[in-house]
Amino acid sequence: MDEVFKALADGSRRSLLDRLHARNGQTLGELCDGLAMTRQAVTKHLAILEAANLVATIKHGREKLHYLNPVPIHQIGERWIKKFEHDKLKALSELKRRLESRDA
Amino acid sequence: MRKPDFVYVIYIQTTPEKLWNALIDPEMTKEYWWRHRNRSDWKPGSAWSHENYDDSSKVDIIGTVIESDPPRRLVLTWANPAKASDPSKVSRVTFDLHPLEHEVRLTVTHDETYPEMLSSISTGWPAVLSSLKTMLETGSAMPMARESRSLK
Repeated sequence: MDEVFKALADGSRRSLLDRLHARNGQTLGELCDGLAMTRQAVTKHLAILEAANLVATIKHGREKLHYLNPVPIHQIGERWIKKFEHDKLKALSELKRRLESRDA
Repeated sequence: MRKPDFVYVIYIQTTPEKLWNALIDPEMTKEYWWRHRNRSDWKPGSAWSHENYDDSSKVDIIGTVIESDPPRRLVLTWANPAKASDPSKVSRVTFDLHPLEHEVRLTVTHDETYPEMLSSISTGWPAVLSSLKTMLETGSAMPMARESRSLK
C-alpha cells in the first residue's frame, strides 16, 4: 500500500492516470502527446505506476498498451470506508459537485 | 482485433489451483461475488451462466466457454440474457492466472463491451476482485460483496 500512496503523491503521475481514465488502453506515444513532459519522464512515471499496480500493461499486436487499474484504489476505499457510509459519501460528493458547478 | 476495453490486475497470495476453484465453486463465489454462482461444466463450447445463488431463476449474465485451461486461463463470452442474441451486445472476459513465487497475478480483461455495459463493469470488477483477494487471503470476504446484487 505504501507504493500506491507514493505513486499517487505526484501531480504528473495523477495526470497520467487521468488521461487513462479518460481513454483507456493507450500507447506510450499517445500518452506523451500534448504533455509538457519528456518521453523519458513519462516512461519513468509509468514504471512507478506499474510497480504500484495502478497501471496494467498488455501487448496488443506490436503495441504495448497502458490501462488504468483501479483495483488498488478500490482496496484503499474498502479499508477505511464502511458499508453504511457509501451512500452518504456519494450524496455529499454529488452535493459538492452541484454547488461548485453552479458557482463556476 | 479490437483492443481490450478494460484490464484489471490483482496480486493474491494463493495458488493458481485455489484461485481457479474460487472462480467456479458456488460456495466460494457466493461469498465474494454478490451472492451469485457461476454455473457450467467449464468445457470449451459449453454454456455458462451467472445466477443468483438463492434463486437460480434470476440469471444476470449468460455466455459460452471459449477457452478453459485450468488453472491458467479461462475465456468466456459475457452477455445480458435479454440481449444475448445480438452479437454486438456480447462481450468477452478473459481470466489469466500467472503464478509468481508467493502469489498469483490475476489479470481480468474485458473486451468488446458496449456503452451501456461500461458503468456496471467499471464499478463491478474492482469490488469483486478486491473481495476475492480478501476471501482467499483471510478466509472471509468483504461484507459488501457478500450481499445479493445483480449485474446487467
